[in-house]
This record gives sequence, C-alpha cells and structure tokens, in this order.
Amino acid sequence: MTKGYRMEQKADRILMAGELLLPDVPSFLEEIEGILKQKNSTSLEINLTDLKKVDSAGALALTHIEEESRKRSLVVAWKGMNDDVRKVLNLIDRQALNLPPLHEIEKRVSFFEATGDLCVKIAHDFYTILTFVGELLVSIPYCLLHPRSLRWGDILVNMRRTGADALPIVGLLSLLIGLIMAFMSSLQLRQLGANIYVASLVGIAIVKELGPMMTAIIVAGRSGSSFAAEIGTMIVNEEVDALTTMGFHPIRFLAIPKIIATSIVVPLLTLYAMMFGILGGLIVGIIGLDITLTTYLKESFRGVELWDVITSLLKAFTFAILIAGIGCHRGFQVVGGAEAVGEATTSAVVTSIFLIIAADAAYAVLLHYLG
Amino acid sequence: MVEEVIVVENLQAAYGENVILSDVSFQVKRGEIFAIVGGSGCGKSTLLKYLIGLMRPHVGRIIVEGVDMATADDETINAHRKRFGVLFQSGGLIGSMTLAENIALPLKEVKKIPPFFLAQLIRAKLSMVNLAGYENHYPAELSGGMRKRAGLARAMALDPAILFFDEPTAGLDPVTAREIYDLISTINKGMETTMVIVTHDLELIFRLAHEVILLHSEEKGIIAYGTPKQLAEFEADRRVMNFFQRKSP
Ligand SMILES: Nc1ncnc2c1ncn2[C@@H]1O[C@H](COP(=O)(O)OP(=O)(O)O)[C@@H](O)[C@H]1O
Ligand SMILES: [Mg+2]
Repeated sequence: MTKGYRMEQKADRILMAGELLLPDVPSFLEEIEGILKQKNSTSLEINLTDLKKVDSAGALALTHIEEESRKRSLVVAWKGMNDDVRKVLNLIDRQALNLPPLHEIEKRVSFFEATGDLCVKIAHDFYTILTFVGELLVSIPYCLLHPRSLRWGDILVNMRRTGADALPIVGLLSLLIGLIMAFMSSLQLRQLGANIYVASLVGIAIVKELGPMMTAIIVAGRSGSSFAAEIGTMIVNEEVDALTTMGFHPIRFLAIPKIIATSIVVPLLTLYAMMFGILGGLIVGIIGLDITLTTYLKESFRGVELWDVITSLLKAFTFAILIAGIGCHRGFQVVGGAEAVGEATTSAVVTSIFLIIAADAAYAVLLHYLG
Repeated sequence: MVEEVIVVENLQAAYGENVILSDVSFQVKRGEIFAIVGGSGCGKSTLLKYLIGLMRPHVGRIIVEGVDMATADDETINAHRKRFGVLFQSGGLIGSMTLAENIALPLKEVKKIPPFFLAQLIRAKLSMVNLAGYENHYPAELSGGMRKRAGLARAMALDPAILFFDEPTAGLDPVTAREIYDLISTINKGMETTMVIVTHDLELIFRLAHEVILLHSEEKGIIAYGTPKQLAEFEADRRVMNFFQRKSP
C-alpha cells in the first residue's frame, strides 16, 4: 500500500505533503520518532504548505510531534498550515488528552481476596434467596385467597411452554434411559440367569429416582433458564419498573404464574417420563431377553408400590418449585445489560440443578426413616 | 464542486409484502446536513436501514458514494460500510465492553497502531463528545444522553465520509440536545462530513439542516422536499404546515 503523505527533512526543517490519514499514522509516528531521536539542535520548523488533508488521527499525530518535542526541549514552529488542516486540528482538545480516566479498570485480586469475595457472595446469595422465599410465602397464599388476582391466561401459556412443549424431549430421553438401563443391567443379570429382575430394576430406578430427576433437569434447562432470561430482559428494559409503578406486584404478576404452572406440569411430566422409561425397559425385555409383555409388566409393578409413585410425584412437585423459584429469582436479580441476563440464565440452571440433587438427597434420607 | 454522495431513485421500501415507502427519490450532496423527517411510524428508520445497506432495495436504486446498494455483493458493501458511521437510536454500544473498547472496535481494522496512540485517539474522540475520562465506564453506567454521545464517538472513530443519525436528540433534555447540535455542527464544519439525520426535532432541522425531506405514512412517500426555510413557508399542503409551523416548546 502506498503512503498518502510525503515527508522530507532538511536540517531543521521538515516538509510535509499529501494527506495524513489514519492508515498511514503508524508509519508516520515511526518516522517522526526516528527524526526526533537524531536531532540535537533546539528548534524545528515543520512546513505544512503542501499537506492537503488530515483526519482526526492525523491531526492527533501532529499534536503528538509537539508533545514529544517538548519532552526533548525542542521548539516547534508550524508553517503554512492550511484552513482544512487547522479546522481538524482545532477539534482536538489537547488539555483533555493527558488527564487520567475517571475510573481505573478493576485490578486482578489475590487468591485470598477472591476466596473471601466468593464467600461473601455465596452468603449474600443465600440471604437474597431466603428473602425471595419469604416474598413467595406471602404472595402464594395471597394469590390462593384472591384467585381473581391471578393471571390464568399466563398460567396456561406457561403450562404449555413448560409442559406440552417438553413432551417430545422428555419422552425421548426417558425412553433412551430405560433402554440403556435395561440393556446394561441385562448384561450382568443374564450371567446369573436372573433376566427377569431387569424389569423390577428398571421399574424401581425409573419410578423412584430417574423419572423425577431427569424430568426436573430437563425442565430446569428448558424453562428455568427461559424464566430467568424473560424476567431479566424485562428488568433491563424497565418493564418491571413500569409494572411496579402501575401498581402491580412484580412477583405476583410475573413469578407466581410461572411457579404455579411449573408445579402443576412437572409432576405430570414425571408420570409421563416414568411411562416412557418403563417402555424403554420393556422393549429391551421383549426383544433382547425374550420376556413376555405380561410377565414384564407384572414384574415391574411388583417392585413398585403406589406409595413410591406418590412420593416421586411429591418430589417432582418440590423440584418444580425450586426450578421456577430459582429461575424467577435469578431473573429479578439482573442489574445492568444483556450480559447480566446471560449470567442470570446460566446461574438459574446451575443453581437449580444443584438444588434438585440436594433436595433429592434430602428426600432419600427422609423416606428412609419414614418408610 | 457539488457532488452527490447519495442518490436515491424511485426506491420502494418494504418488509416482505408490507410496503412502507414507495417512489422515494432524493439526493444528498457532499458536506451537507440532510434531514429525514416525519411522524413516527412513517418509515424513517426503515429508509435509514436501506441507506446503510442493512436492507437491500428490490425496486428502485440507491447509490452511495458510487456503490449501487442493490447490486453490489456483500463484500463490497461491507468494505463500503467502513466509510459510514451510524449512530443508532439508543447508541448501539456493546454492553459488555467499556467505552474505550467500544471505540477501539472499528479501529481494530487499522494495523499496528501503537497502544499509546490508540489510547490518545480514543481520548481525543471522547473529548470531542465531552466524555473525556469515561474510557473505563460501561454503557450501563451512563445516562441516555451520554450513551448517545459515546455512540457518536464510536461512529466517528474512522472519520467517516458520511454519518447517519437515527433520532440523535430524541429523549434528551434541551441542554444536552443543544450540545448534540453543536457537536454535529462542529464535526460537519471541521471535517466536512456529510450527515444524514433522521429526526422530528424542529430546532435541529432549523439550526442545522441544509435540506429536508418530509415523509408521510399515508402517502407512503415524500410530501415535501427543500430547504428548511422553504418548507417553513410552504402553504400548499396542510400536513406540511402542521409539521413545520407547530409551535416549538
Ligand atoms: N422489522 C419490521 N418488520 C415489519 N414491519 C416493520 C418492521 N420495523 C418497522 N416496521 C413497520 O414499518 C413502519 C415504519 O417503521 P419505522 O421505519 O421504524 O418508523 P419511524 O419513522 O418511526 O422510524 C411501521 O409501520 C412499522 O410498523
Ligand atoms: Mg425510528
């Protein structure tokens, strides 16, 4: 690429010509640096008569010459600057150039500081979650006592999005889990001639643990994240502030319909997942293990009691409240812009999956002592 | 020398089947401030999208600095866009970047700028919009007017030949709005930047604009075209009078 400017040095004079524009500025700076380094006299004349045009970067480069010369106690005299160049040069506010920024960028913190920060953050997080739970505990009874304050349309929409729209993926994944479990366990049980136990093994695992857990994880990924994103975006767009000023209670208006919808739909999805999981086992049983349909089903139901199904649905209900609650809570926590919405979404999924597994463990212990 | 930077001929602007503007023709001359005005929803922002190549014309022609926006390939348009600066309605700053990083974004194109000079260049741009010192702020930490000014600093990063503005003063207080007028005028005079401004701010039109087109949603097109003075004295059309002779607050 050819340079747009020409520069010529004659003793204490520099002649400039052409156009000094941004793409040429880096090489111009280099050249000028070289010239200034060699100089040992005290004055420099820069003749701009033939310099036709500069852009703001070019003008800045010219002011840079002056700055550098001052550091070397060189006196610079400008000659023959035309009006076009002068106008652009005047746009540059030299005083502003060397002031420090108002904010410093945050420095990296030490390991201990970071650990401390993290602990404080987790503690604070716990506190805000408790506050949110408190608000829910006030809002839910209020809504149940004033059913007309609920937005039923919104509940239905959320039930469709969280429930009906998730049917294909929940069904498919449960079916595959059932298939895999039956297949893997049959490899072992076959050696003992205990093929028939595949049925009850799959039945118990799916009904007691995997059904509720898999469903909850899928719903957390699909809907928990979308609740956080939706509410977070509304906060960024000041929609939540607008709702508040119109006299709506944001939690009642936005969170409660989602929580109610999710807690209705997740137990139903769980039942559906259980059916597909057992179907998966059944397919392996019939095709791979030569068990008849009736035997397989009879065996399945021998291992599983009604009580197990009921406690699993209760678990699913708990998971649903966790997912929707955390999703909405993370949404309401958003401060700032689009990036914060992304963080809230991630955090909603991670936190709710963590809490789902923690709650599942708590249920396991509880049910052990109860039953 | 009068030279047309933008030529629009019989343009039809549409979203799919939904025609927003039809038979729009006008020319923008080099170095002038050209205002596109009209009530809300009449298609001003849409017209702007066509001018900056975000939408391609199917009917009619748009020629910007010699490039035909209908037939040029994406590569050409992309290279061409570097000669534009666009100030979007809400600034269009990237929220996850500081102002300095936002302004450095278009400068990335130029190789080998020494870091100290880049910092100075960013500072110079920010000081042009009166935001010197705000390098390390994030857009979310600024007010609406400051965001617009920062957006302008970014739009000017490469000293574009044409600057497009979408409602630069909408939602600003009169004092800040006046700062923007001064800024527009300084840049226009200092660098001879051609400016296309979408607005319905009468003060801006009368202070700054050299030429104006008035769009109307019922006509789906231009109902008046001329200097601000001509349009202010235009009496043949009620709608034009309503627009230009309303009392400024
Ligand atoms: N992305 C879009 N898709 C379809 N129609 C649109 C879209 N954006 C705007 N419109 C329609 O185009 C018309 C003009 O919009 P716009 O150019 O934004 O108006 P304004 O003059 O207020 O900037 C409006 O009627 C609007 O409904
Ligand atoms: Mg608009």
